[in-house]
Amino acid sequence: MIKDLLNPTNFNLMVSKISDILVRALDEPLGYAINWGRIWSLWPVHLETACCSVEFGAASGPRYDVERFGIIEAFGSLRQCDLIVVQGTVNRKMAPRLRMVYDQMPEPKYVIAMGACAITGGLYVDSYNVLPGVDGIIPVDVYVPGCPPRPETLIQGTILLQEKIKRSKIK
Amino acid sequence: MSQDPKNKPVDSTTPSEPSPPSPPAKAAAPPAKKETEAPAFEKGLVSQIISRFGDDKIKVAYIRPLRMKVNVDPLDMVEVATFIRDNLGFDHAESVTGTDYPKDNQIEVIYQLGSYSKDDIAAHILSLTTRTSRDDARLPTLINVYKSAEYHERETFEMLGVYFEGHPRNERFLLPEDWADLPPLRKEFRIRGR
Amino acid sequence: MEKNLEHQIDESEKLGMQIVKESEDDRLMTLSVGPQHPGSGHFRFTIKVDGDYVVHCDPDPGYVHRGEEKMCEYRNFIQNIPHLERPVIHDSANITYSYSLAVEELVGIQVPRRGQFIRAIASELDRQIYTLYWLAIYGIFLGHSTMFMWPTGDRELFIDLMDALSGARVTHAFNIPGGVRNDIPDGFKDKCLRHISYFEKRLKEYEDIFYTNPLFIQRTEGVGILTKEDAIGLGVTGSVLRASGVPYDIRKAEPYDVYNEIDFKVQYMKSGDSLARAYVPLLDMKESCHIMRQLLDKMPESGEVRAKLQPTPKGPPGEAYRRVESGRGALGYYIVSDGSPKPYRVKISVGSFRNMIALPHLLVGSKLADMPSVYWSLNYWPVEADR
Repeated sequence: MIKDLLNPTNFNLMVSKISDILVRALDEPLGYAINWGRIWSLWPVHLETACCSVEFGAASGPRYDVERFGIIEAFGSLRQCDLIVVQGTVNRKMAPRLRMVYDQMPEPKYVIAMGACAITGGLYVDSYNVLPGVDGIIPVDVYVPGCPPRPETLIQGTILLQEKIKRSKIK
Repeated sequence: MSQDPKNKPVDSTTPSEPSPPSPPAKAAAPPAKKETEAPAFEKGLVSQIISRFGDDKIKVAYIRPLRMKVNVDPLDMVEVATFIRDNLGFDHAESVTGTDYPKDNQIEVIYQLGSYSKDDIAAHILSLTTRTSRDDARLPTLINVYKSAEYHERETFEMLGVYFEGHPRNERFLLPEDWADLPPLRKEFRIRGR
Repeated sequence: MEKNLEHQIDESEKLGMQIVKESEDDRLMTLSVGPQHPGSGHFRFTIKVDGDYVVHCDPDPGYVHRGEEKMCEYRNFIQNIPHLERPVIHDSANITYSYSLAVEELVGIQVPRRGQFIRAIASELDRQIYTLYWLAIYGIFLGHSTMFMWPTGDRELFIDLMDALSGARVTHAFNIPGGVRNDIPDGFKDKCLRHISYFEKRLKEYEDIFYTNPLFIQRTEGVGILTKEDAIGLGVTGSVLRASGVPYDIRKAEPYDVYNEIDFKVQYMKSGDSLARAYVPLLDMKESCHIMRQLLDKMPESGEVRAKLQPTPKGPPGEAYRRVESGRGALGYYIVSDGSPKPYRVKISVGSFRNMIALPHLLVGSKLADMPSVYWSLNYWPVEADR
C-alpha cells in the first residue's frame, strides 16, 4: 500500500489534496495576518516631490501623528519601504527619477497620489514643465484631493489604502 | 532711440536729458502728467557715472526715489560695472534677468545692483541694463565683477537664449536635460492651450 | 560586455538621464545626493569626494521647476496670486506681499492703514511658521528627532491663527494688490497674544535643549565658515548674511508699509559658521514676537482692509521692483507692465536661489559628514529656488 502511495501520480494527487485543505484552512487567517502586518507598517520613501511635502511633514508632527498608523518616514534606503506618497506636482525632470524609485522598490508596493497636482496636474496643468497627473507613469492606489490636502485628509487616504490592502488576497 | 516705447517712465525726467531738470523738462513733458523732480541723491549717483563715461554712452531710463535705471551698450558693460562697484559702492548683484521685446527685436538684460556695506545706499537699487538683438544674443559676462551673478546668468541663458561670453557654463540649469524646445521666456513660446 | 554597457549609457543619455561616471582619478568618488535622499529635499547636487573631504560640488536644481514666471504672463494681476504663493506654501503671506507691493506701485493703489497692519501681522506669523519648519527639518538632517517634533508641534499654534485669519492652513491667498481679503475675526487679538506669550517661553526651552546640546554644537560650530567679504561678494541674503556679521534686514533698510513705526533691532552674529546660521533664525523669531505685539497694539480699531479696485486692474506702462524680507531673505519682484491687465514680465528674485551660490563655496574643502549641516543651514528651500 505504501508503494501505492509513493507512486508519483498518487503522490502528487495526495500532495495537492493536502495543500488544498491547508490553503482552505489557513488562507483566511494567514492572509489576514499578513495583511495586518502590512497595513500597520507602511513605510514611505523619503522622496518629496513638491510643495505638499510641507503638509506631509506636518502630518508626521505631534498633532496629526501618523506614526500611530505605522507610517514612519524610514531614513534608510528605499529597498525597505513599501509606500510612495507622491506629494504634489511631478515635473518633467522629476518623472524619470520617480519611475526609477518606483521600480527599485520591492513588492508589494503602494502609491498614494497626494494633492491636486499629482492627480490631474492641478493648478499647473498648463505649465510647460508639469505632467498632467502622475498615473501616467506609475499605478496609483489612492487619490487624496486637496491643494494642499489637510493632514486629516491624508490620514483618511491612508485608512482607505489600509482597507484596500485588507481586501486584497495573498498569493 | 534709447527708450523702449513700452517702458515709458512713470515720472521723473525725460530720458535723454541728464542735466538739471526743472525748466526744460516741464516744457517737454505732456501737460496732463504730473511732473516731479528727480530726487537729488539718486541724481548725484547717476551723474557720477555720467561724468566718468560721458552721456553718449550712458542713457538714463528713469530716476525715482530709491530706484535708478541706466542703459549702456554691451561693449561698455564690464567697465561701467567695475566703476559702479569700486566707486559707488554697489557690491552685489541681486538678480539678473531678461525681458523679451519682440516688437523692437531686442532682449533687454537687467542687472539689479544693491549694496550691503554702505549705509546711505542700503535701500537703493541701481538697475544696469543693456540690450541685444534677438537673433544673435551675446553679451559679456559680469561674473568677474559681481560673483553673485553666476547662477542668474546661467538661468538667463537657458530661459531666454542669451549667450554670456566668458561664463564658464552656459548650460541648462533648471529645465529638464532633454529640453529641445525654444527658450521658455521668449514670447513666441506659447503655453499650450492659451 | 563593454559595448553593451556603452549602448546602455547611450540609451539613457538619449532619455536625458545623467550617468554619474567614475572619474579618471581613482581616488575621487562621485556621489549624487539626489532628490530621493533623506538629507536633501527636492534638490540634487553632485559631489566628488576624496576620502572624507569634498573636492567639488555641483548643484543641480530644477526638480520642482513649474514655470511660474511664464504662467504669470497669462493671468491678470489678481489671478496671479494663487499660483504665485505655491513656491513657498507655508510662507505664502510674504511671497505675495512683495508681489502686491510691486503691483500697487505700478497701478497706483493706496492701501488703507488697517489693511497694512493686518498684512504685516500675517507676514510675521508666516515667518514664524516657516522658520519653525526649517528648524524641524534641520533636526531630521542631523538625526535629532526631538528637534523635528517640538517645532512641528509649536508651529501648529501659528497655523491655527492663520487658519482663523484666512481660512486655510497654508497657501492662504490672503494678500492681494490693494490690501487683504477680509478682516480679522473676533477674539483674534487675545488668542494671538496668548499664543505669543506661550511661544516666547518655549523659545527659551529651545535654546536650552537644542542649542546647548554638545552634539549639535560639535556638528555645527566652526563648520562652513562664511566670511563677511565672501558673504557680501556672493550676494547671499537673509539669515545667512546676518550670521556673517552684516546687519542687513529689509524691514529696517527699506521699510515698507508700517514697519517704519515699529521699533525692533536687527539680529546678527559675527562668526559665520553653521551654528551662527542656526542661531540667527532663533533670534529672529524672538524679535518677531516683539514686532507682533507692537503691531497688535498699534493697529487701528476699525477701518477698511482693502482698497476698491476694478475687477481687472491695470496701470500705465512701466516697471517696478519691490522687495520684502521673508523667512529666507530678500524676496524681490520685478514686474514690467505694458498697460494691459496682464503683466508683461514678472521676475521673482528669491532668497534661496541667491543663497545657492554659497553651497559649492562652502562645501569644497569640508568633510562629507558636514554636508547636511552646511547645506540646510543655508536656508535653502528647493521649491522656491526653482519657482
